[in-house]
Amino acid sequence: MSETLVEVRNLKQYFPVKVGFARTVPLKAVDDISFTVGKGETLGLVGESGCGKTTAGRAILRLYKPTGGEVLFDGEPVTDKNIMLMRKKMQMVFQDPYSSLDPRMTVEDIIGEPLDVHHLCANRKERREKILELMNYVGLNAEHARRYAHEFSGGQRQRIGIARALAVDPQFIVCDEPVSALDVSIQAQVINMFEDLQEKLGVAYLFIAHDLLVVHHISKRIAVMYLGKIVEIADSDELNSHPIHPYTESLLSAVPIPDPDVTRARQRIILEGDVPSPLKRPSGCPFRTRCRYATEQCAQECPTLTDRGGDHQVACWVK
Amino acid sequence: MSEKLLSVQDLHTSFFTDAGEVQAVNGVSFELDPGEILGIVGESGSGKSVTAYSIMQILADTGRITGGKILFKGEDLSLWTEKQMQGFRGKNCSIIFQDPMTSLNPVFTIGDQMREAVVLHTERRGAEADARVMELLELVGINEPAKRMKQYPFEHSGGMRQRVMIAMALACEPDILIADEPTTALDVTIQAQILELIQSLQKKMGMAVILVTHDLGVIADMCDNIVVMYGGRICERGTAREIFYNPRHEYTKGLLRSIPNVNNMKKKLVPIAGTPINMLNLPKGCAFCPRCDAAMKICLTEIPEELVINEDHKASCWMNVKAAYEEVAGQ
Repeated sequence: MSETLVEVRNLKQYFPVKVGFARTVPLKAVDDISFTVGKGETLGLVGESGCGKTTAGRAILRLYKPTGGEVLFDGEPVTDKNIMLMRKKMQMVFQDPYSSLDPRMTVEDIIGEPLDVHHLCANRKERREKILELMNYVGLNAEHARRYAHEFSGGQRQRIGIARALAVDPQFIVCDEPVSALDVSIQAQVINMFEDLQEKLGVAYLFIAHDLLVVHHISKRIAVMYLGKIVEIADSDELNSHPIHPYTESLLSAVPIPDPDVTRARQRIILEGDVPSPLKRPSGCPFRTRCRYATEQCAQECPTLTDRGGDHQVACWVK
Repeated sequence: MSEKLLSVQDLHTSFFTDAGEVQAVNGVSFELDPGEILGIVGESGSGKSVTAYSIMQILADTGRITGGKILFKGEDLSLWTEKQMQGFRGKNCSIIFQDPMTSLNPVFTIGDQMREAVVLHTERRGAEADARVMELLELVGINEPAKRMKQYPFEHSGGMRQRVMIAMALACEPDILIADEPTTALDVTIQAQILELIQSLQKKMGMAVILVTHDLGVIADMCDNIVVMYGGRICERGTAREIFYNPRHEYTKGLLRSIPNVNNMKKKLVPIAGTPINMLNLPKGCAFCPRCDAAMKICLTEIPEELVINEDHKASCWMNVKAAYEEVAGQ
């Protein structure tokens, strides 16, 4: 594996939820997760809605104040004190290209804002040149600079969001479902752009998505989350060919594959029921209520990630 | 061949907006056999949902069917009165929508809403109607139906609500079930549950299903036959294997190249260039022509006719005509 760029150690993010008049209980959105992202690498983070993958991404960038654990960037912990400095190195691309751009700002100002915030440009001319360079990177024309976000299609807006993230020359970008709001043909354009930018600029991604085919395509390694916990991390090809955790196994088998012969030939493992509410987490392993292998031990103790060889980590008592 | 259950012939549907007429569906034709699962696939704005709504005649106020025919068991639906259509909806043909969060009324219990469908379309009343509701809920795999009936939609998860929608749609054992993006709002594992449910119910009840979706994976998994739409027109139609393994329209080919290849996941994607079509400003010729790499002069000016590729496959692309000419010239 390449040199570590970002290390997440025992990250916890709890939100207080009111129950009754004056009582609050913690909603454990992210509960003690650890992983690393190498330089210029893409780590995919998958899971179903409510599993905490978006919260994890936001907590890494300190868009929330984490309840516990730490994030190290290049060996240096990210704290409230150095966050301005850190955000020059770590950026984010958001899911919804419609609500993540200010409708009253021109494209030029949207992309220019990080440059202004971090005082990266000495004068207007320099700023203008930098903005045009960024627009060129993401495939927008110079004449788009004076337009407003509503004048663009979803795919183009996502390009604006990516240009904004790239403005500070970051080494690490958290991409939170960057293509799920886009049509299939446009998705491919944006995915290719992410790959080209990585090749050109050597930037690392944490690619959060629920579309497993897309994540498999773009990621070197994949982490699977369930109810705030990481249940399995492995190389993406390894994970797809030899999933170990029962949840990963059923998740992969549930993905419809766009190939009639392949998809009809395979055995689908259908999970019973829904994901439990994060407020009423099962004791022990969070997945045990839907798991077909669950034993007594699973109800008592929560398994931790253990190495199964070849950089393949799994948190399961049975498998 | 036996009479078709549903036959859509040269359907045109337009919306009349302040910005002008939007021709959402432009000459769509397809047929549906009893017990068949037909997939309509296309991107947003391709007219796939409007086609489904046109069949049910539940278009928004500004929308109107401007041409073509929809034949149900040989009868022209456009000649039916609204009263007759009300009988058609539910009894002959039901629809489930994309968003199970908004298609149920939040202020009535599940039981109330399901009872309405049963009372409206059948002779059952009172306890008999309740019994039918419970039977339907059980059919779609909802535990403790008696308890569930008294609950409100907010007390159910997305997957549960979609099950309730399906149960409601099946209240009168329709001949056709239209599913408009039934799993788009759901998670992968829940999607698998719902697709499995639709498949098993279809087998049990022998109804025909029209599955409208943008997800090529779902289509490959579920459908016997596929209709590919772009810009309100049909690009090609045929059996699932023909469309996936022998695509004969440049748009379908592009679509299949732009998703990750199952056999070689790391292979670079080949996107379709350009941006989705603006329905207010349709090109004169083939709708896909502005984004097509293989576009020829004729594509700009003439709308391609549907060409029969083989008995399971029809496509509307000038490339096929060119190939046919070249074959003849070469001989």
